[in-house]
Amino acid sequence: MPQVIGVPKETAADEKRLATVPEVVEKLIKLGFKVAVQSGAGDAANFSDDTYRAAGAEIVEGAAKLWAQSDIVFKVRGPSAEEVALMRQGGTLVSFIWPAQNPELMKSLAAKKATVLAIDSLPRMLSRAQKMDALTSMAGISGYRAVIEAANAFGRFFAGQVTAAGKIPPAKVFVAGAGVAGLAAIGTAVGLGAIARANDTRSEVADQVKSMGGEFVKVDYEEEGSGGGGYAKVMSEGFQKAQREMYAKQAKEVDIIITTALIPGKPAPRLITADMVKSMNPGSVIVDMAAEQGGNCELTEPGKAVVKHGVTIIGYTDLPSRLAKQSSTLYATNLFRLTEELCKTKDGVINVNMDDDAIRGLTVIKEGNITWPPPAPKLPAAPPAAAAKPAAAPPAPKAAHGHGGASAPASAKSAAIIFLVGAALFWFIGANAPAEFLAHFTVFVLACFVGYMVIWNVTPALHTPLMSVTNAISSIIAIGALVQVAPPLAGGGERPEVWIIGLAVVSIALVAINMFGGFAVTQRMLEMFRK
Amino acid sequence: MSATLATVSYIGATILFILSLGGLSNPETSRRGNLYGIIGMTIAVLATVFGPQVTPTGYAWIVGAMVVGAAIGLYAARIVKMTQMPELVALMHSLVGIAAVFIGFANYIDPAATSQFKGAEKTIHELEIYIGVLIGAVTFSGSVIAFGKLSGKIGGKPVLLPARHWINLIGLLVVIYFGGVFINTHSVAEGMTPLIVMTVIALLFGIHMVMAIGGADMPVVISMLNSYSGWAAAATGFMLNNNLLIVTGALVGSSGAILSYIMCRAMNRHFIAVIAGGFGTGEGAPAAAGVQPAGEVSPILAPETAELLRGAKNVIIVPGYGMAVAQAQHSVYEITKFLRDKGVNVRFGIHPVAGRMPGHMNVLLAEAKVPYDIVLEMDELNGDFPDTDVSMVIGANDIVNPAAQDDPTSPIAGMPVLEVWKAKTSIVMKRSMASGYAGVDNPLFYKENNRMLFGEAKKTLDEVMVALKAA
Repeated sequence: MPQVIGVPKETAADEKRLATVPEVVEKLIKLGFKVAVQSGAGDAANFSDDTYRAAGAEIVEGAAKLWAQSDIVFKVRGPSAEEVALMRQGGTLVSFIWPAQNPELMKSLAAKKATVLAIDSLPRMLSRAQKMDALTSMAGISGYRAVIEAANAFGRFFAGQVTAAGKIPPAKVFVAGAGVAGLAAIGTAVGLGAIARANDTRSEVADQVKSMGGEFVKVDYEEEGSGGGGYAKVMSEGFQKAQREMYAKQAKEVDIIITTALIPGKPAPRLITADMVKSMNPGSVIVDMAAEQGGNCELTEPGKAVVKHGVTIIGYTDLPSRLAKQSSTLYATNLFRLTEELCKTKDGVINVNMDDDAIRGLTVIKEGNITWPPPAPKLPAAPPAAAAKPAAAPPAPKAAHGHGGASAPASAKSAAIIFLVGAALFWFIGANAPAEFLAHFTVFVLACFVGYMVIWNVTPALHTPLMSVTNAISSIIAIGALVQVAPPLAGGGERPEVWIIGLAVVSIALVAINMFGGFAVTQRMLEMFRK
Repeated sequence: MSATLATVSYIGATILFILSLGGLSNPETSRRGNLYGIIGMTIAVLATVFGPQVTPTGYAWIVGAMVVGAAIGLYAARIVKMTQMPELVALMHSLVGIAAVFIGFANYIDPAATSQFKGAEKTIHELEIYIGVLIGAVTFSGSVIAFGKLSGKIGGKPVLLPARHWINLIGLLVVIYFGGVFINTHSVAEGMTPLIVMTVIALLFGIHMVMAIGGADMPVVISMLNSYSGWAAAATGFMLNNNLLIVTGALVGSSGAILSYIMCRAMNRHFIAVIAGGFGTGEGAPAAAGVQPAGEVSPILAPETAELLRGAKNVIIVPGYGMAVAQAQHSVYEITKFLRDKGVNVRFGIHPVAGRMPGHMNVLLAEAKVPYDIVLEMDELNGDFPDTDVSMVIGANDIVNPAAQDDPTSPIAGMPVLEVWKAKTSIVMKRSMASGYAGVDNPLFYKENNRMLFGEAKKTLDEVMVALKAA
């Protein structure tokens, strides 16, 4: 018996999004589910009842009927008290919940013996979970919309231009907090032609800022702000002071400030003071994306756009909803991916598998038992890895290629020891060896150095041919055998001819294999190398 | 030919040999380099044969031996497969080693060659014989074992005798002791015993040394034996008062030594540790160290691989010994050619110790007609992985193991590796989930963006090619 997924109309004021779109309805039906959509649910996001019907959904009049017949309800915002009342005993709900901020809601849902999956509680560090990460997709939309709102309120072009009427400088945008929303804002601002700068307490995002075309502004103070799980933490007093100075400086220079700084479970940090707002050029815009958590700017009024000291301060809390069609589509897709994970058998019945890290994190209430917060996931293993890296990196300082000096500089102590041993050895040889030996020894040592210099120039790609050609060349040892076969005998003396000639001739034959074979095979190999 | 003329010829040959090695700095000039080597060798041999040290009575012997050897050598060079190059090179090293032994013995028993030495000169000369034979014997037996291991006739796993370091040390002391006995003897018959005992010990030492070394360390062993064969030639040169032999031997010896050094550095290991044998010496079972990577392996099939490759702009292929074993280089080239014709930027990333001898992969790819300018060294393209859509690992394991960077307790910690996991998707082709020669599990396989393509490399690649063409 397939389960019914119900999608009610959102009841919150000004909420234009909804939790599924026609395209996704088809996919859900392919997974075996039945889909019911409340009549008019998609109107505000420009999806008509007809399109849902065409996709295979049943259109249900009225919320009460829809909640009653749905096994699983997909929503965007957490349910209101009335909605909880409508909910079926033991039903399943998927939506934003924010369990930490809404303990009352949690209790009432638990009382309904419900199973609740809070999409905001997804363990985001699991890369497998990224496809379900609605926070990320919503944040991306918010970042985009924030720039669009700013552009709307800003009285100038974003892109710099040289026109017949004069030169227009590009707008300068400063983004505080380079999370998903911040990065999306940077990308959008750069796309419009503005100069974008950004700051974040987590220094590892500097590269991401650059990759979006922005410029990373550092706070002149050493402290790392990663608080685990990819979120930021509260910084020390000294850091905050340095940070305030930097913000004050940016406020004087830039035209638009977009703030996205949030710390989980805490009110948003106050980054922009009233004084900073006063110091900004008249006509500047601040978009405070943290308005819902109290705002990063002192003068923000959540949900409104206000003008103070000549600066427009936008504190809208419904940025994703202002792009309802786009955000509904992305949210619906996130939920679809989640449904796939819940229903691996594709038979239209979900299985809330608490052994799965991602599902475990999402599930805040299981059959009436509150299971939030989940046990800490073991995943963020990044910091130790980062610490290990500098230690591991140095051993490859330009391997295999350089000239001469490529041998790693040994420590002074071992160099001294080698030097002393070498000196002692030379002294010993000089003191004891006959002159003729020394002549050979000179040649030998110099040849070693010539070999050393020549070989470092050999390209690593040709190391195999190098070995086979040196191997062929080492058959020069044949000369040793050649001179033994039939030397001019100076005078007398018994000579064990048979043994000597035997050994020498065998040696010549063996070495000849090497000599001819080695050169031939080298030639064969080298001919294969081509551009 | 007079003695002075012979000497001048030797100088000419020396210069040609140096030019020959210098020519290998670049594939463009390498063929000329080989030609220089051939000319140099010809000059040296002819100058010797027609020089003052050989009388015409020996010509027949020399020509006969040369012809036999040349026939075998040229035949072997023609039929050898490129995947078998390491074996061939090892075998050839053994020939130089055994020749050094023979020449040393022949020189020792030849009264004509030794009678002119008196006092310190005699001692030095005998020492030269002793050392020459020693190095030759180690080179010979070591190379034969290396050949056996490379060709699979002997198992690739290190054979570790108990107290092997002590065995080696005792062997060395015995050799030194008999060296002392040897130079104090007064007749050839007396000196024969210590010389033979030493030769036997040296042969055993060579066997023992290479037996204790694992398959993955073979590039080091091969280059080390290459070096030894050079030193053997140089020692023979000292023995015979022949500068050409000394110079050439020193060139070859230092070449092999540098290659060994490069290989060791590529594995972040000490030369001594490699030669002392085994992996993770003294630390117990190597596989026990390190954290067992968690997560699941995502397999993939040939058609999906083709799909990924078709959608990619940048592809980096990382070949390893597995490609050589499966003889898959031609299939790799087919795919490369197809993708390049479609405008995909395909490149190859070669780890210095990929395969069983230095530069092994380059030769295989060259054989398959892969242009050498898209075959790059690890350092040249390691930074490019983040911009790469698909990285494909064919039969390699330890050289792409992220544990080398992330896990300080890993037996391969600190070894430079190709960072394939930084590509958007990495595909690892493997026969099974077995770990590499180092016995280390590879966290790469469990990474989120990694896919495993199981199967025999050549067969699977051919399937990928079919799937590529089909669409």
